[in-house]
Amino acid sequence: MKIKTEKKRQRRVEILLAALELFSQRGYYVTTMPEIAKKIQMSVGNLYNYFSSKEDLAQAIIQYISQMLAEKIHDVNNQPISVKEKIRQIVKIYFDIAADQPQMIEYFLRIYLANREVFSDGCEGMICVAPFMTEIMVFFEEGVRAEDLRNQDFFSAFGLFMGYLGGMAFLKGENVLPKELQSYSDEIAENIYRALKSDGAPA
Amino acid sequence: MARRPRVLWLQGVTCNGDSHSFLNASEMPQILEKFHFVYHPLFETGYTLESIAKEYFDIDILVIEGGLLKKGFKRAGVESFELIERYASIAKQIVCAGNCASFGGISRKMDRNVTGAAFCEQEPTGLLASYSSKIINLPGCPIHPQWLVYALEMNRHGQTIELDEFRRPVELYGYTVHEGCTRNEYFEWKIDAKGFGVREGCLFYEHGCQGPFTHGSCNKILWGGVSSKTRAGMPCIGCTEPGFPSTNLFETKTLMSIPAKMPLGVPKRAYLTMTGIAKAFKIERLEKKKF
Repeated sequence: MKIKTEKKRQRRVEILLAALELFSQRGYYVTTMPEIAKKIQMSVGNLYNYFSSKEDLAQAIIQYISQMLAEKIHDVNNQPISVKEKIRQIVKIYFDIAADQPQMIEYFLRIYLANREVFSDGCEGMICVAPFMTEIMVFFEEGVRAEDLRNQDFFSAFGLFMGYLGGMAFLKGENVLPKELQSYSDEIAENIYRALKSDGAPA
Repeated sequence: MARRPRVLWLQGVTCNGDSHSFLNASEMPQILEKFHFVYHPLFETGYTLESIAKEYFDIDILVIEGGLLKKGFKRAGVESFELIERYASIAKQIVCAGNCASFGGISRKMDRNVTGAAFCEQEPTGLLASYSSKIINLPGCPIHPQWLVYALEMNRHGQTIELDEFRRPVELYGYTVHEGCTRNEYFEWKIDAKGFGVREGCLFYEHGCQGPFTHGSCNKILWGGVSSKTRAGMPCIGCTEPGFPSTNLFETKTLMSIPAKMPLGVPKRAYLTMTGIAKAFKIERLEKKKF
């Protein structure tokens, strides 16, 4: 029974990753459930045993990405390192994913943010990205508590941090950047730190 | 008829607030029948403070109101602390009425030499700490009259009062002020009151309410039998806790928009996840003001 459950869980992840790739490449509306089933050599009927609709699948993907990012940032939050170093590591995590698994970031920017209607029932507000948002909030809150970051509205700081990273990943996706994304990592981390640090924090 | 317990009410550095609050106890006529008040500063008793200072009276309960200051606060010709300490040694039970007597309170904010009886804020180093074992703390600013009635009656009936780490009765201080707050639905869905004295909305998110992490029964044993601060649209200011008062009582301290103090015992990640979900929904019924 346990083996069967584990196998089912693995199969579910395979579906998520296959659908993620198709949605990111071709867009949400163009991609069909039969195409997703075909990509993982599964019958359409069986696919519906895992996900009751395309919307359901799309929502599960964003939850999967959010959870994966949250676990990585959670590890950074739990390390006894400076805020500056934490920023450097979070930037690295984001850019490594953007370089190695660009479909993850593409999905977030081009599917999740661009097709809010798909996520309006079940993914209201930030619900489906809650694990990721929670870790980012913990990062900011602890930074302010330690007096390393300047106290301000959460979204002012969040927009500067994640908007910056998302913007760079978007430029990379558009093939506008002359260099590899990761080569900007240190400078961008430095910029983010300088913009967010408190007056008394180390340079 | 059994002998009435003898109560002596002495004051340290105080504003008289706890005395005034006590006078509002609905059972006051019965209390005066059941207890023998040797001395109280605000109502007529058989003795004056001068005679209390001059002679040694046998008492059962010493009620202390106000913070303790070892020197420089004379009453009836003697240092108030000297008098309080004398009767602390005689009394079988010491009841600290209000935050000043319990932890130092507002008096301590004005003079750092002031302490509570058993405690000096969180530390068990009050000027009467050696009598801790017979001290019951009833912090509040002021004390709730019903809390004092409870302690007196428990004593009269020979009942043991279970106490917490700050020697507060668990029966009265075992839960938070948040319990029984009529604004809890607004707290759940993260809808702020956006003002004081209004009927709808929660006062925790922006207006400094300390109810979710303050021990007390203000919303269960109502004030005057009818209301409480939060019910009237004023934030709980944490007056039952050691260290009271903090600063900026009417605004919530936030770190990047996140409350600096979490509801009691709630891990930060759990709080952030729950509130993140709650605020994703717009509940029309709660958003709309009725008045």
